[in-house]
Amino acid sequence: MYVKTYQRAKSFFGEFERKPGDHLTTHYCPGCGHGNLHKYIAEAIDDLGLQDRTIFVNPVGCSVFAYYYMDVGNIQVPHGRAPAAATAIKRAHPDSLVISYQGDGDLAAIGGNEILHAANRGENITVFFINNAIYGMTGGQMAPTTLLGQKTITSPFGRATEREGFPLRVSELLATLEGPTYIERVGLFDNKSRMKARKAVRKALRNQVEGRGFSLVEILSPCPTGWGLTPTESCEWMQEKMVKQFPLGVIKDESASREGWNRYRQVVPAEKLPEILDLTKESTEQFTPTDVPGCYRNPSIKIAGFGGQGLLFLGKLLAEAGMRHAYNVSWIPSYGPEMRGGTANCQVNISTEPIGSPLVSRPSVLIALNRPSLDKFEPEVASGGLIIYDSSLIDRAPERGDVEVIALPATKLADEAGSARAANMVALGAYLGRTNLLDQTGVFKILEKMTKSEDQMAINRRAFDAGARFAMF
Amino acid sequence: MTKELIKGNEAVVKAAILAGCRSFYGYPITPASEITEAAARYFPLAGGTFLQAESEIASINMVYGAAAAGERTMTASSGPGISLMQEGISYLAGSELPCVIVDITRGGPGLGNIAPEQSDYHQVVKGGGHGNYRTIVLAPNSVQEMCDLTFLAFDLADKYRNPAIVMTDGFIGQMMEPVEFPTTSVEAPARPWAVLGNAETRNNLITSIYMSPDELEAHQRHLEAKYARANRGEELFEAYRTDDAEVITIGYGIVSRILKTAVDQAREMGIKAGLFRPITLWPFPDRQIDIIADWTKSFMVVELSNGQMVDDVRLAVNGRRPVNFYSRGGGNVPTVDELLGQLIKVSEDSYVRENISESEELFWGV
Ligand SMILES: Cc1ncc(C[n+]2csc(CCOP(=O)(O)OP(=O)(O)O)c2C)c(N)n1
Ligand code: SF4
Repeated sequence: MYVKTYQRAKSFFGEFERKPGDHLTTHYCPGCGHGNLHKYIAEAIDDLGLQDRTIFVNPVGCSVFAYYYMDVGNIQVPHGRAPAAATAIKRAHPDSLVISYQGDGDLAAIGGNEILHAANRGENITVFFINNAIYGMTGGQMAPTTLLGQKTITSPFGRATEREGFPLRVSELLATLEGPTYIERVGLFDNKSRMKARKAVRKALRNQVEGRGFSLVEILSPCPTGWGLTPTESCEWMQEKMVKQFPLGVIKDESASREGWNRYRQVVPAEKLPEILDLTKESTEQFTPTDVPGCYRNPSIKIAGFGGQGLLFLGKLLAEAGMRHAYNVSWIPSYGPEMRGGTANCQVNISTEPIGSPLVSRPSVLIALNRPSLDKFEPEVASGGLIIYDSSLIDRAPERGDVEVIALPATKLADEAGSARAANMVALGAYLGRTNLLDQTGVFKILEKMTKSEDQMAINRRAFDAGARFAMF
Repeated sequence: MTKELIKGNEAVVKAAILAGCRSFYGYPITPASEITEAAARYFPLAGGTFLQAESEIASINMVYGAAAAGERTMTASSGPGISLMQEGISYLAGSELPCVIVDITRGGPGLGNIAPEQSDYHQVVKGGGHGNYRTIVLAPNSVQEMCDLTFLAFDLADKYRNPAIVMTDGFIGQMMEPVEFPTTSVEAPARPWAVLGNAETRNNLITSIYMSPDELEAHQRHLEAKYARANRGEELFEAYRTDDAEVITIGYGIVSRILKTAVDQAREMGIKAGLFRPITLWPFPDRQIDIIADWTKSFMVVELSNGQMVDDVRLAVNGRRPVNFYSRGGGNVPTVDELLGQLIKVSEDSYVRENISESEELFWGV
């Protein structure tokens, strides 16, 4: 036992070749807790036999260079974000041992949100949280964990509640969540506390290996430099002051009852992907283009009305059908500033030519299903264009004399066909009945695929026919 | 090959999965939310991970973790979210980690609105984050390109070990057009430098910290050399009717689509107009603009911003020809007629600076 203590852990480099300068001493100050903790972690990794599988996430703080010492896979991440990075690393490699190592500035201040959510998700990772009540790396500024009355260079008069609030007990906070499995606070100030720390480190890592979920060990750790004390004084200060604010012990432990938190991905063979991505549609039948009178060719269509009148659907149907008739097509929903006032619209192009601007600013066809739409878009319609409007809802006729108009009682006809909500289908029937733009059988085939029930399809057919009959010359 | 009628935002997700991307970390924001929604549906089915992060800061750092762990990974957002990601993007570039970020730009500054703008050009193309780095930026103008350029973005990201950003406006994201997807998927290339949690990669280290000035400078030189390679070889552009054009319009994203129609209409009126469309915004196709500046009389840049890309055009033209600028903002998008009107003006008087005071146009700048 005695011998083992002094044996170098395999997961801890013998010489620190990544470190500039001499390769035998660490970059940590004398009496600093980081070095000890690194060793405990390295020993535990050895014990678990997982050196190769370990991924150590290096924070921003004095331990940014943990990779000088830890002979495992190393990833250095932005300040406070280790739990987010660790989350993704673990999900990419569920069998790896992912360690998020963070200071109190890193975890409790800037990274408060990331640790909260990783804990709450119960990520199967291990977090070592080094609480030294100060920002070491940046020269001794106040941390969220700085004690009341403690002087730092940014709390020169001592931390006071009325200015800086209270020292944050993150572990207790996180222990209120259901996500975490195991949270313990330990210290590094005497042999007894160090032995406990070692045990906790081991347990937190073993939990991960056993798939027990999120484990966090908070380590009260000396920072003689930041505190302006000798290493010995630092240990005394911890024992006298720090543990009062941050009591040691297990704060939450559900390790025994948690299992199976490994988030393995489904194994999916590559050839399955097109099907999974809905790229192998059963029907990609193409239809023969119809004979379209010159004035109705290559329409730019605007369909407008209330949200819920099925006009986006109507637009998609036209675009899909156009595509299956070998036309170039585009569809854009109303979006942005046009969405005000409960009206919606979509813009559809169906063309033998490649489509330049998909935006329809001068429609050759306007299908208006409510009054505001007619008011708004009538002036835009191209001269010689076509306006189809729902005369059962709109109490005025278009004023333009240079366009073709179909006053279509769409809602009324739809009602007669079985549902007022099929007014969009009446409009479709009228539009295609008048223009012969697309093959009706083809459109019905597509519509069948897009319609939920037989009953609905029957209504759609009747509504379409009513519109077509109404509009045919 | 069959085509699928699909939204730009959904095409991105399907293309990404076919490109071997297996994780998506994102936070919802209009008008990019459909990407996150489609990812939530398809990534788990495809044997990948989808996770809705607690913020864009978390998203980009999850992407950082996934990339460091060796997988093709992505996120998507819009203006404010991209702003929050900037530190992470800088770290990704500094640590040389490949990933794909999609920005469906909305209106700003501040909360702005959700309508289409192109006002993220500066923060995306110029690197809104800190330090000496570049991001590869691709600007699709159709749904087919949302697929193709997403695919390409993953390849370029790996080729240069750098973040690649697909940036477009809300319209291209919301629009449906027919898309031909690749029939087979690819596997992400091996990444021997990544940390995979195995013996082979145990010695690998992902970091962007270089404490010694000499080392950091050397690292920066290494990055610069890489960027120089990309800058002379990866530029993509479309030149439409520019060969004899006297007025060449320049625009990307939805604007280029409107300009194309305006150019055709101008040609019908006898105006020798053309369209130059940068497809890569970085590397910016400046040499190609320099070449067409030989014969054209003037340029007309149109943006849905207060003038961001126009700076790059001016640098490329280097004062040799007038560079006119027309802008709309707030989510307003110019009509074909509107741009045709501007084209006619520029064709009559290649330099319209003098007209600003008389002009009742919304915003003319030179
Ligand atoms: C975004 C950002 N903000 C601030 C910093 C500066 N900074 C570096 S380390 C640090 C605090 C480190 O304190 P802690 O996490 O307690 O670790 P310690 O050094 O005490 O081990 C700060 C504020 C930074 N690197 N990045
Ligand atoms: S400043 Fe404090 S935390 Fe940093 S190395 Fe020195 S003693 Fe350790």
